[in-house]
Amino acid sequence: MSMYDNMEKDYVSEGYKKYLISHKRFKSAIRVSRIVILILIFVLWEFAANNEWIDPFIMSQPSKILYTLTSMAKDGSLFIHTGVTVYETLVGFVIGTLLGSLIAIALWWSDFLASVLDPYLVVLNALPKTALGPIILVWIGGTTKSIIVMALLFSIVVTIINVFTAFRNCDEDKIKLLKTFGATKKQILQKVVLPSGVTTIISTLKINVGLSLVGVIVGEFLVSKAGLGYLIIYGGQVFKMDLVMTSVLILAIVAAVLYLSVLWIEKKVLKMM
Amino acid sequence: MEKVVEVVDVSMNYHTLEGETQAIRKLNLYITNGEFVSIVGPSGCGKSTLLSLISGIIMPTSGKILVNGKKVDGPSPSVGYMLQKDHLFEWRTIIKNITIGLEIQGKLNKENQEFVEKLLNEYGLYEFRNYYPKQLSGGMRQRVALIRTLATKPDILLLDEPFSALDYQTKIAISEEVWLILKKEKKTAILVTHDLAEAISMSDRIIVLTKRPAEIKSIHQIKLTCDYKTPITCREAPEFRVYFNTIWRELDVHV
Repeated sequence: MSMYDNMEKDYVSEGYKKYLISHKRFKSAIRVSRIVILILIFVLWEFAANNEWIDPFIMSQPSKILYTLTSMAKDGSLFIHTGVTVYETLVGFVIGTLLGSLIAIALWWSDFLASVLDPYLVVLNALPKTALGPIILVWIGGTTKSIIVMALLFSIVVTIINVFTAFRNCDEDKIKLLKTFGATKKQILQKVVLPSGVTTIISTLKINVGLSLVGVIVGEFLVSKAGLGYLIIYGGQVFKMDLVMTSVLILAIVAAVLYLSVLWIEKKVLKMM
Repeated sequence: MEKVVEVVDVSMNYHTLEGETQAIRKLNLYITNGEFVSIVGPSGCGKSTLLSLISGIIMPTSGKILVNGKKVDGPSPSVGYMLQKDHLFEWRTIIKNITIGLEIQGKLNKENQEFVEKLLNEYGLYEFRNYYPKQLSGGMRQRVALIRTLATKPDILLLDEPFSALDYQTKIAISEEVWLILKKEKKTAILVTHDLAEAISMSDRIIVLTKRPAEIKSIHQIKLTCDYKTPITCREAPEFRVYFNTIWRELDVHV
């Protein structure tokens, strides 16, 4: 980025070429190893189940997972359940992030409020949110709404704490600079506190999306009639381990895709800044 | 000469749970139009507090401060403040950094935008206006910070050790540049610094403060014999060393 780059762009020395090649080799070795491990696990699993080293009824096996997956895809249930879980996660995630950031702004605005609420936040943060599940269920009922509230509960406290800390760590001298121009509190918030907190808000997104998913699965365990959490619980109860394993596999993929999407958004936003 | 800044019987006390600290006691001083005044004194003697008081971001415990004859009761557009670091906002382009004061004061009109472009042109920053701060060198960033201060057209500039974060060579070069710009724009300036050589080379007058609570220890009218007066040529004047030694002794530094 610097305008003072002193190396000429076209010239590449022998030593540097060697360095680049060895770096590339290292990278591809990592990539290949990752894939090999995955394949090995599935092959070994399948092999062990076929030879009855393990009980396929309890452990399931890749070929049965694949069969379950295709039949679920054919009757469309795969997409319905995955869609429900993703939808609930995203709604909880977005509301949790927005509401959490808003509350963080309120705390920044009022030192009194921040000091009063501090112990409550600490306790709420330490409290295992799972324990609140039954309460939510009774209060709101066995609907999608209570699952979204669970997702929200999981992510909101962390958001408030992280974003508020970022706001409070905003450089005092930058605020002083704006004050010398006669800035109001609202202008200070808009022009320096919020923009300098954006990086933190985005990095909490990465945590939040995972936490929201945890909240959704816990919620689905407790109340739902659809979603991956429901499939896992239902499959467990009726001893359909193929269904459980398949759902867990889809869940892993969903989690990875959500995380990578947030990572992608983070890159885009940081580039814009 | 017309007095543009008057500090009358100003005292400033800071309150913390550990107790009350008197930073400034019964201070009286004035600065005339177009003057370049430096304030030196031992570390933590309340120099920066004095600047904050003049800028109106804090209020004195007692006494009053007049800027252009009017009592200071808050930040005023006629006073510009330059801080130790450039504090450019990394997420704003150079031009957006420079216009932030105008933006806050609601004065981002066509006339002022043209004025900013004129400043950018004059001081060699025009082609960098759409760059981001991290793409600029330390010296250039400080120049941007100065233009940001000038953009709101203050008559008086408060400089709070604005060169102390720079390396030595850049510091000399930029202080020369800032001095020339301030003279050209006919601004009154108050510089707070630890660097005696910097103070002597740039100022018309140097005010030496005592250690906390700050009172005036002495005032030196700086008269250097050099044909073409700029901070760098001033350093060669024969009187330079004399001033340096006198003020150094007054600061009474013990380590």
